[in-house]
Amino acid sequence: MIEKALKGSSVYWGWIIFLLCIIGAGFMAYLYQLKVGLGITGMSRDISWGVYIAQFTYFVGVAAGGVMVVIPKYLHHYSKYAKIVVFGEFLAIAAVVMCLLFIIVDIGQPMRMLNVLLHPTPHSMLFYDMIVLNGYLLLNIICGYNTLLADKKGVPCPGWVKPFIYISIPWAISIHTVTAFLYAGLPGRHFWLTAIMAPRFLASAFAAGPALLIMILLFVRRVTKFDPGMDAIQTLAKTVCYAMITNLFFMGCEFFTAYYSQIPGHMHTLDYLFRGLHGYGELVPFMRAAIVIGLFGVFLLLVPPIRRNTKWLAVAAASVFVATWIDKGVGLVIGGFIPNPFETITEYHPTLPEITIATAIWGVGALIVTVLYKVAISVREQQAA
Amino acid sequence: MSMDRRKFLKAAGLTTLVGLGGKGVFELLRPGTVEAEMNHEGHGKEAHGEKDAGSKIRWAMLIDVMALNKEKIEKIVHTCHHIHNVPNWGDPKNEIKWIWEDEYEHVFPDSYNEYNDILNGMPFLLMCNHCDNPPCVRVCPVQATFRRPDGIVAQDYHRCIGCRFCMAACPYGSRSFNWLDPRVHLEQEIAQGRKLNKRFPTRMRGVVEKCNFCVERLAEGKQPGCVEVAPDVMFFGNLADPNSNVRKILKERISLRRKLELGTKPSVFYLI
Amino acid sequence: MYDAGKVVIGLAIFACIFLFPFLYNHGSAAPQPKPSLDTPAIKALPQKKCVEDTKFMITTHMQFLNDWRDQALRDGNRWYVNKEGKKVWISLQNTCLKCHSNKKEFCDKCHNYAGVDPYCWDCHYDPNGSKL
Repeated sequence: MIEKALKGSSVYWGWIIFLLCIIGAGFMAYLYQLKVGLGITGMSRDISWGVYIAQFTYFVGVAAGGVMVVIPKYLHHYSKYAKIVVFGEFLAIAAVVMCLLFIIVDIGQPMRMLNVLLHPTPHSMLFYDMIVLNGYLLLNIICGYNTLLADKKGVPCPGWVKPFIYISIPWAISIHTVTAFLYAGLPGRHFWLTAIMAPRFLASAFAAGPALLIMILLFVRRVTKFDPGMDAIQTLAKTVCYAMITNLFFMGCEFFTAYYSQIPGHMHTLDYLFRGLHGYGELVPFMRAAIVIGLFGVFLLLVPPIRRNTKWLAVAAASVFVATWIDKGVGLVIGGFIPNPFETITEYHPTLPEITIATAIWGVGALIVTVLYKVAISVREQQAA
Repeated sequence: MSMDRRKFLKAAGLTTLVGLGGKGVFELLRPGTVEAEMNHEGHGKEAHGEKDAGSKIRWAMLIDVMALNKEKIEKIVHTCHHIHNVPNWGDPKNEIKWIWEDEYEHVFPDSYNEYNDILNGMPFLLMCNHCDNPPCVRVCPVQATFRRPDGIVAQDYHRCIGCRFCMAACPYGSRSFNWLDPRVHLEQEIAQGRKLNKRFPTRMRGVVEKCNFCVERLAEGKQPGCVEVAPDVMFFGNLADPNSNVRKILKERISLRRKLELGTKPSVFYLI
Repeated sequence: MYDAGKVVIGLAIFACIFLFPFLYNHGSAAPQPKPSLDTPAIKALPQKKCVEDTKFMITTHMQFLNDWRDQALRDGNRWYVNKEGKKVWISLQNTCLKCHSNKKEFCDKCHNYAGVDPYCWDCHYDPNGSKL
């Protein structure tokens, strides 16, 4: 089946080569980082996690978002998702691989990574994160590959795959819950120490994942002979809409608790992110933009005639994706470190090698999506023919 | 690396047998018991007054901030960083700090009182608090940082994978990461006349480090380096012993501990 | 067989690449090194003996040092009692290297020969040497 990825137009191959170039550049930058150390990044004693962990967090969400296609299809037998469920699973595979890569590039002694297995530590949330992420990758490979293979042969999906599909549903919730617990259980980091961290992570995940899926499916619909079905995409858009409203609501709850209680520790990071604190506020324009873009996306999705317009739908999905990315893929992790435990402020500026490495991992994700989607689309085109 | 691989295979086989976790699961159910049961003879018998088996030790540090001044602070910081071969990067991005100076309002930001002219602006010494309930130990995925039965929160540089979860978890900013190779900088400093402590190793790039309460000196029956050079400022002793020097001082003086509301129970006390 | 020519050429190229290191180094085996015990501290010893017997040290020093490391650092136990009942202070830098004050001739020689790069020396160093 995978051989279908080897036959493509010159545009397809051009895109692959472009991605390989980006990956190659990032790989060189990573070799440099391995040789010199993480000092080549913008991270510091005060901001000890940066772009890598922020991107990791965001893409765990994208991976978990795939479940928004799986649940309607397998729990509610929503048949319009039958053709696209595999795209959700393949997107999840790419996202989880990105997460694992972001962890690998972030750790100072990657050669010792297997220490996590050698000295299993059940009181560490990272231990569970390792289990759930790798498990989710495996589940999606099993489910995605086998359902597509069955489709290709024109037979129903084999019975033994079903349990894996059902397990993958709570498992998707677990990956983002555990990722939220990485942050939400740390004393002294007020911004992260909130019980709605996991619910909020899930809400933004269920907005961001399907939003990305909508963008890709609209693109697929334009450039290939496979039609995922406008009804399916519209349903997906409604999911994004509800999830994004929930996400913004949770964000509002955070604002209320901080500013109504007027407890300084609870307000400081929000001040820094949205208003500027003690003259520091580099992220303010971005965070404010995230709110505006997010509300704009919700507005587009809420009005049925706009949502049904393909172009506006693409804009809406992109808005939600960008808004959640700024919020979770930038502000959440960096903001947690500001102010530091001494109530002073160090700002964070990612460096060129750091961004090159992060971009390369995005490139790996794009490459996996491209190859897997190429296979899936070829199968679907064959079915249509 | 070959030994690591062998050990890994051994442990991997074992964990499969026991089900995920072995010792780890045991640790979750009864935290600390495994370490406590480990053989623990020989370190610092003299320093804690010939304690027999069964008695508890919990090392604590008392810092008399009223007796602190610039000169003493400099001496203490220099001594500690010399003993442990801590490089002096001189920039806040890469810096490594085991013990350092900051003002009251940054040390106790949650109890800052703008009318308190006595404490505001007063220099304090900061270090790892060797918490009784350390968040860094809770989050470390490989037990590279762990709490010894005597209360010292130790760091195993051989095992640390450099994930920096402990730095995010520590509410006291006590931990430093080796963003770059510390030896490269130490060599530059040696060229400029710095002396190494040849009895103590350096660290490597990519691991987290912090104050270790001078375990290597306690093991030899010595006091921590900072106490040795400033015996009128720093007091070290066994908090679990009601008759110890530190307990006697704590009875007489008013003491502060950082961020008690977080439940970490620091072992470093500030005397005012 | 389809494309027999291409397959055979591919196999031949693979075989060449695979065998190259063996062919290239054939007949040029480096002599087995003999770690030097020629240091003042060892010369002054009445009986030339490490903490355990030589054969044990040669074959097991890696595990042995790993155990020492964990005992000293993790268990806080700094005393090692050897098979003869003698107590030894556990320390790579302050015990091992006190006698073996010639890291280059003693440690590095064999390690280089065997192509191993133990991470001990990333942090520990020869206190007698001038370089870290």
